[in-house]
Amino acid sequence: MPRTTTLPLFALAIFLCRISAATAADSAPKPVDFTHDVKPLLAAKCYACHGPDEGKRKAKLRLDEADAALKKVIKPGHAGASLFVKRITTEDVTEVMPPTTAKTGSLTAPQIDLLRRWVEQGAKFDLHWAYVKPTRPAVPDVKNKPWVKNAIDAFVAAGHERAGCLPAPEADRITLIRRLSFDLTGLPPAPEDVDAFVQDKNPDAYEKLVDRLLASPHYGERMASYWLDMVRYADTAGYHSDNPRDVHLYRDYVINAFNANKPFNRFTVEQLAGDLLPKPTLEQRIASGYNRLLQTTEEGGAQPKEYTAKYAADRVRNASAVWMGSTMGCAQCHSHKFDPFTHKDFYSFEAFFADVKETAVGHQEQTKFPSKEQEAEVRKWDEQIAVSKAALERATPELDAAQVEWEKTAKAEAAAKKAPADAVAALAVEADKRTPQQKQAISTYFHSITPQLKKERDQLAKLENDRKQLTQKIPTTLVSMAVEPRVIRVLPRGNWQDDSGEVVAPNVPLFMKPLDVKDRRATRLDLADWLISPDNPLTARVFVNRLWKVMYGEGIVKSADDFGTQGALPSHAKLLDWLAVEFVQSGWNVKHLLKLMAMSNSYRQSSAGSNAMRERDPNNVLLTRQNRFRLDAEMVRDNALAISGLLSPKIGGPSVKPYQPAGYWSYMNFPKRDWTNDKGEDEYRRGLYTFWCRTFLHPSFAAFDAPTREECTVDRPRSSTPLQALVLLNDPTYVEAARVFAERIVREGGANTADRLGWAFHRVLSRGVKPEERTVLMALYEKHLAQYGADIDAAKKLVSTGETSSPKVMDVAELAAWTSVARVLLNLHETITRN
Amino acid sequence: MNLFQRYIQRETRRAFLGRAAAGIGSVALASLLNPRLLAGEAADAGHWKGAVNPPHFKPTIKRIIYLYMAGGPSHLETLDYKPKLAEMDGKPMPESFTKGQPIAQLQGAKLTCFAPQHPFKKWGKSGQEISTIFPQLGQMADDLCIIRSMHTEAINHDPAHTFMNTGTTISGRPSMGSWVWYGLGSDCDNLPGFVVLTSTGHSGQSQPIAARQWHSGFLPSNFQGVEFRSKGDPVLYVTNPGGVDAGKQRDVVDATRALNRLENDSVDDPEIATRIEQYEMAFKMQVSVPDLMNLSKETKETFDLYGTQGGDGSFAANCLLARRLAERGVRFIQLYHRDWDHHGGIKNDIQVVAKEVDQGAAALIKDLKRRDMLKDTLLIWGGEFGRTPMAQGNGRDHHIKGFSMWLAGGGVKGGTTYGATDDFGYNAVDNPVHVHDLHATILRLLGINHEKLTYLREGRQFRLTDVAGEVVKGILA
Repeated sequence: MPRTTTLPLFALAIFLCRISAATAADSAPKPVDFTHDVKPLLAAKCYACHGPDEGKRKAKLRLDEADAALKKVIKPGHAGASLFVKRITTEDVTEVMPPTTAKTGSLTAPQIDLLRRWVEQGAKFDLHWAYVKPTRPAVPDVKNKPWVKNAIDAFVAAGHERAGCLPAPEADRITLIRRLSFDLTGLPPAPEDVDAFVQDKNPDAYEKLVDRLLASPHYGERMASYWLDMVRYADTAGYHSDNPRDVHLYRDYVINAFNANKPFNRFTVEQLAGDLLPKPTLEQRIASGYNRLLQTTEEGGAQPKEYTAKYAADRVRNASAVWMGSTMGCAQCHSHKFDPFTHKDFYSFEAFFADVKETAVGHQEQTKFPSKEQEAEVRKWDEQIAVSKAALERATPELDAAQVEWEKTAKAEAAAKKAPADAVAALAVEADKRTPQQKQAISTYFHSITPQLKKERDQLAKLENDRKQLTQKIPTTLVSMAVEPRVIRVLPRGNWQDDSGEVVAPNVPLFMKPLDVKDRRATRLDLADWLISPDNPLTARVFVNRLWKVMYGEGIVKSADDFGTQGALPSHAKLLDWLAVEFVQSGWNVKHLLKLMAMSNSYRQSSAGSNAMRERDPNNVLLTRQNRFRLDAEMVRDNALAISGLLSPKIGGPSVKPYQPAGYWSYMNFPKRDWTNDKGEDEYRRGLYTFWCRTFLHPSFAAFDAPTREECTVDRPRSSTPLQALVLLNDPTYVEAARVFAERIVREGGANTADRLGWAFHRVLSRGVKPEERTVLMALYEKHLAQYGADIDAAKKLVSTGETSSPKVMDVAELAAWTSVARVLLNLHETITRN
Repeated sequence: MNLFQRYIQRETRRAFLGRAAAGIGSVALASLLNPRLLAGEAADAGHWKGAVNPPHFKPTIKRIIYLYMAGGPSHLETLDYKPKLAEMDGKPMPESFTKGQPIAQLQGAKLTCFAPQHPFKKWGKSGQEISTIFPQLGQMADDLCIIRSMHTEAINHDPAHTFMNTGTTISGRPSMGSWVWYGLGSDCDNLPGFVVLTSTGHSGQSQPIAARQWHSGFLPSNFQGVEFRSKGDPVLYVTNPGGVDAGKQRDVVDATRALNRLENDSVDDPEIATRIEQYEMAFKMQVSVPDLMNLSKETKETFDLYGTQGGDGSFAANCLLARRLAERGVRFIQLYHRDWDHHGGIKNDIQVVAKEVDQGAAALIKDLKRRDMLKDTLLIWGGEFGRTPMAQGNGRDHHIKGFSMWLAGGGVKGGTTYGATDDFGYNAVDNPVHVHDLHATILRLLGINHEKLTYLREGRQFRLTDVAGEVVKGILA
């Protein structure tokens, strides 16, 4: 259940279900709870006019905190004496709240009753749960002790037991290794690894598997995919002409950081403020490219002031979403309607980034980052060039004599050949009246043209050309460089032309723990330190929730992008807090958290679940089973390539261009451009290396819900569309994977069709083939074998799809028929499902 | 899970179980291998009936054909007649208009008035004033409802397109067509509910356009506009691989379905049923798209009407395709014709582009009319902004404070001109119509209250009209 819905009745049903489940998970039934019951209702029905936004506030009354005005309308413990209760219960249509004309709709009888009871019970206000610093809750004592592998299970089991639910049994070993492999590396397990794991009877077999996958270099790639969605990493600038810009070093930094298990607090600081650290390393400077990943424009006629304002706002939206799970973007034009972010908070947050050097309108300047080898090589060329230049400049008696001879006719000749102005001028002066500079100018020019020095000149030219070739290969990226901070003002209604607003200094949202910078101007480094302070209530919770999503497909807080009052409540609030505290105390150790989750029995459950549990917990709020969901776009590709054996294991490097339909970029301009497919290994790289064009994202990725990365994406939708079917059926990537796989089936799968089919199933789904499946596929095979046998040209066409050379020695009809079978296997729902 | 996914799962599951109960499940193998038994069983489930069901109001139209003139057509040479500006030609533009206003390429330049470069004429019984560069559309004047008081908020192409299509300049929000498809569903079960056709003019002043303009944003990807192309595959990946004919493709799809159904028998996962339906829809598209593109049954008279034989990637050919899409029940059809960015040489270049558009657009109105489809179709013609009354050399710069569009078809008053700009064509002064107002009006014609077509995202109910928009009652028939 990734999202709630727009249909009011339906939303209410889910809402109630969520509340009951949350209550059931964490505690026994209790009196009216402000956070869980009352606040969401007040937010939905009242905050539009009586909430944090002072601009829209009516009657100077706010119902989001217990201030003085509120005391006039609510007498805690006395519903009858509270104007608040009177106004929501009155039958006078001119008096009733919300007004009959309100877009929010009126309150239902149960809702009114809830609010009345809340007042009766003392009208207690709590700060929204996500803004209260988490403390480590006690691990609950549960009955189902044998099931509890670690603290996670205790919290989950407590929820089960309160609701009278049971966990699902552990999934079978094949499912477990497939699940772990996709979750931790984004790749399917190798068939031999499946066999080894299934047969490994050692008690620590599972843990060893988890450790091995966490140590895999592909782990970093998998984790990077998700992070890159959030920070909106792309290979193009975004607006208008959407020209390329190269930030692949940043992408590789992210991969390496996850692989090296860089503590998340370091990871945070380096990205937001790596350039501000003392003596920043190359890596830290590259990491600071985070601040440059936003969309920029090169459009002629764009006004720099407007775009500078756009960029500033973009950074607030992104950083607040990535680290705080907050929708601060809502406060760009007015104070937030539901959360306590003020209009001024938005611009104070903008001011942290006001020092980032950038081009408002135009191409962004790239910074070179040579490798150590490249640096050494450049130095070597520079030395040789210096030697060569000296040789060219050296005077010899022969050259001097030749020059004297040349000078006799040189004057006219030099002018005609457009010699340097200083040489022409010097030649015009009589020989004995020339200054040393003039003599030098003539000599330099002479040395640059005389046939006697041609060899030396050619050598210098070659050296310089070599050096240029080398420097062109040096990778570049966008980094943060601090300059004099731009003036940031509060923009009334977000209007960039309005200079009437107050000038603001960098600051964190005022309702949160303040910065401690005394009189100094706060910097991005201060912001980063504030985010990773153990006192920050959001950062650790937000990130562990996303790790949970990696392992379960959904967060403990379903709205992983919104921890505000409009977001979902945590299904297991105490578990979330326990994980957040564990995360911080473990030194922000990402692999440690993932391993805890992987080792839990909660994670290992079968996704099937009993009918009884499906009835009782239809949305799996209580985790009575694992979740099943479609693989992400990149994994769909990687899986097919891995099965066929085409996948390149190469990690990092510039982005690549696999097959894309011709003309797909025809609506791009300035300049017009074509996508040229890469050849060889680069055709078969993992999906995360595909050139990410924001205005025209690769269509096979777009079909599978990959985001354009124009804005932060925390939750990719998981849709099921006809276009996805067309991609898997007809995109040459998948057809080629199928025919290369078919070749392997014939070559490696055994002697007869039954063996081959079994071999193929094992590779694609890690399991054996069922009799009914065999019947269907054998029928298809036989039919197509006959048809392709009668139409060898068609068979040849099919088995030559893609760049890979097709085998000469095989029976083409047989290969084509197996290609049909392989296409079916690559199109199966099961193949693209993580279970 | 969103409303749409839930709906589609429930429906597919119901249909699927229904069939299973009828015995197909028990004779699985025989039926799995018999395409004929399978062919008829595609459920109606992929056929989304819309989030607004029943509609908020009685709809006056069923579908939209949006002729999107990308680049910013000059209102002063097309639909907004300004004799006073002609008198002021070459004189300084009064600073009272321009001071402190957003401006694009004329930043810091001397601002002088630039006369309309083409004469206007009164057309039809209504006597609507339309530029002579539209001789064919002029004849349709009594069907056109011209709005001369449009205004928008973004002055550069990219954000202005995004604003016109999504109601905001921030990327990632759904486009109008996606909202409409999500809101109402589509009457067509073998083509997407939102189709995009593109063409490029020949005056050489065309701007890039991002796929963002027909993206479904945060709505489910199912509602993404699908581009139909004039070159290569008409729809991406719709053509079978080399060496695979329709029969063999059917075999692969059938075997895929058979195995998916076997999985469905053993696993309780409604997504499997959904996936099966999507494959059926995909296969239907592989048949229906070539049928759509096959113009062999169109008459010579129709080709003459549009001035094209079709298949040439021209705007006129796309107009003909738009009619065919409309006939098949596609909800929202958007034709982009880009080349209206006349910073220089406007006199000649706008005539070039107008000629490319004139006949096709007029033919589309006539064709829909004679098929009795104009009454429930809304045609929209216009760009992302207008152009300055001030000269930029011999062209005009971007302008957002006043520009023109026309609507035609069901629910709007033909033969009328609504709203006005000042004597210079600078500011919309009478009955100004903001982009949000246009959106609200379009939704109103479809039977949707623009304030109620919402989608919850990041804790907020988002809508096409953001937090604004008033229905323009003055143009409703």
